[in-house]
Amino acid sequence: MSRLATFLTRTAGSADRADRFGMSDFLSYAYLLFGVLIILVPVAWTFFTSIKPERAVDNFDTRLLPYAQVEAEVPEVGPKPVWIFTGEDGEETLVYKSGPTRSTTEVAALDDPGEVFGVPRATLTPKETVRIATENYLDPLLKRNGQENFNFPTYLYNSVFVTVAATVITLLINAMAAFALSKYRFRGRLTFTILIVATLLIPASIILVSLFFVVWSFGMFGSLWGVIIPAAATPTGVFLLRQYMLTIPDELLEAARMDAASEWRIFWRIIMPLSLPALSVLAILSVIWRWNDFLWPLIVLISDPTAHTLQLGLTQFAGEFNTNFHYILAMTVVTLLPITLVFVWLQRFITTGIATTGLK
Amino acid sequence: MTDMTHALELKDIRKSFGAVDVIHGVDLSIEEGEFVVFVGPSGCGKSTLLRLIAGLDDPTSGDILLQGKRVNTVPASERGLSMVFQSYALYPHMTVRANLSFGLENINMPRDDITRRVNDAAQLLQIDQLLDRRPGQLSGGQRQRVAIGRAIVREPIIFLFDEPLSNLDAELRLQMRVEISNLHAELGNTMIYVTHDQIEAMTMADRIVVLRGGVIEQIGRPLDLYNHPANKFVAGFIGAPQMNFLAGTLDGNVLKLDCGLVRDVPVATPGNGEAVTLGVRPETIGVSLDGHGDEQVTVQNFEQLGSVTYIYAAFANDERLTVQLAQQIPLKRGQSIGVTFSAEHFHIFGPDEVAIGMRS
Repeated sequence: MSRLATFLTRTAGSADRADRFGMSDFLSYAYLLFGVLIILVPVAWTFFTSIKPERAVDNFDTRLLPYAQVEAEVPEVGPKPVWIFTGEDGEETLVYKSGPTRSTTEVAALDDPGEVFGVPRATLTPKETVRIATENYLDPLLKRNGQENFNFPTYLYNSVFVTVAATVITLLINAMAAFALSKYRFRGRLTFTILIVATLLIPASIILVSLFFVVWSFGMFGSLWGVIIPAAATPTGVFLLRQYMLTIPDELLEAARMDAASEWRIFWRIIMPLSLPALSVLAILSVIWRWNDFLWPLIVLISDPTAHTLQLGLTQFAGEFNTNFHYILAMTVVTLLPITLVFVWLQRFITTGIATTGLK
Repeated sequence: MTDMTHALELKDIRKSFGAVDVIHGVDLSIEEGEFVVFVGPSGCGKSTLLRLIAGLDDPTSGDILLQGKRVNTVPASERGLSMVFQSYALYPHMTVRANLSFGLENINMPRDDITRRVNDAAQLLQIDQLLDRRPGQLSGGQRQRVAIGRAIVREPIIFLFDEPLSNLDAELRLQMRVEISNLHAELGNTMIYVTHDQIEAMTMADRIVVLRGGVIEQIGRPLDLYNHPANKFVAGFIGAPQMNFLAGTLDGNVLKLDCGLVRDVPVATPGNGEAVTLGVRPETIGVSLDGHGDEQVTVQNFEQLGSVTYIYAAFANDERLTVQLAQQIPLKRGQSIGVTFSAEHFHIFGPDEVAIGMRS
């Protein structure tokens, strides 16, 4: 905790000036705060809205806390939302609406449900309490309240499978390509590098149709592999890893060759461990890409509900006539959790540069 | 196959990098158990030659024979040699123990044997306390030992050293020089050692190979090179302070120097007035302070080290002369002193800089 406090109160300059909070410190922190807010506000909004009751979500209730209208069991009528009627003398009575909402609305007091009387609509305010709407989460997860079609464990499994498999394959394939492009001398090495990087210029949506035909003709349509394989080789990954591997001294490879290591062992025992910082960056990127991917899985997996990923599962709450935003938001928060944990776990690897410590 | 198998044989080795020829036809054979030092100024091709032997580079033409077998097409990892690099090239992500055992794991040696060999080598090099550390936690001298240890555990046919001491400070260099010599005496392996430092060459080598511009200038035992340099380059390169070179002419048996000295020299082939260079080592020149001697020189600078005195002087015609005296004498700058030469210590180099033989 004190380390966190130290971290958050750092100032610019050397030790003798560090206790002064100067202009540059102010600007730095203001800028950082701005950045944090830009990133954090939508996520926080999603979370706070996801714990609001359905009615509050639908009414675009912008208050931070989840207010829910109190319901009361009215004898012979059933559960009714409770309103507060403020009379002309300022006296407040708890009532429920016994008819539709009009300029003069018919209400009845909870104490005396039989006697209906008309009041101006403006004199009625909802009686509210703060209540966390756990049903937003529990209904889809436990298949209650008509959410039987939302098969969370299946979606989670599919998402995890796609993400893990695609990331492992991505790391392996891209690292091998980067190893060759950075450490072997062959004709056309630079040309290949440029060609690979140049594919970044082509938007994915352009090649969507041709990619679809490729996947279809390989028989991967409707299968999770149809999502995993086409995404495995990424130009970003190859370029990132190649640039990092260029910084690994060639002498280490030569030392390993003198140590009777095969090229595969050099790759596996020398290059891979030393590229760990770059690999974890790519791993994070790959996990985020695959986890949040929507368009491509939608195309490949649409026909088979048992192959849907979480992101596809979320579409179930959006119908033709009605969209259950409270479920969408709640499940969005759930799908954010794993990727956040992955990031927290991997980020400590990113900053560690261990490649240079053994030399000179 | 000849009856005598050399540990290593190089036959007309040439190496070009693009249009640049680095090695111009090297023939060399190295016997079992020999300590051979390649020495020469930077850019002379000594490191390239070592890399060709190691298999890290391929020769443009010529044959490399290890124990009588041609190994041109055998990759470095299968030649059974081991190498100590200038930068040590320790694997930064592995402990010292893992660094040492990596080469043995690569040849699928049983666990117990690996442990035994690593422990033996660690004890020999006094690094057994450091086995669980990483290279980043070691000092320069310790890293050097680990690098040598990594070479030892493989029990190679030939040890290759690529300027291993150049990153150490003077004191440590002296110490490691002695240790490597002792190691050679203890292990009895063939060793090839590359350095630009003639002192390392003189102190450690059984045989020295002097290289310049990709050509072998002379091969021989240290004192043979010192006493009988084949040409002016070797004469100037071996020995510190450097040999004095004085210009003159050789007419019959008479050497006439530009500085005025005239001497009969016992040359095997009498000259006919051609320009020659006299080489004379600083320690073979006598000094007299009372005006006697063969020639008078002016003291320009001097260094009194106690056991040795170095005098930097100039003749009347501005030719420089360095004198090394194994005693202390009173001197001051600008003083005129007499110097005496004895013809039996003369080295005479012809116009082509090749030594002219003497009658014995």
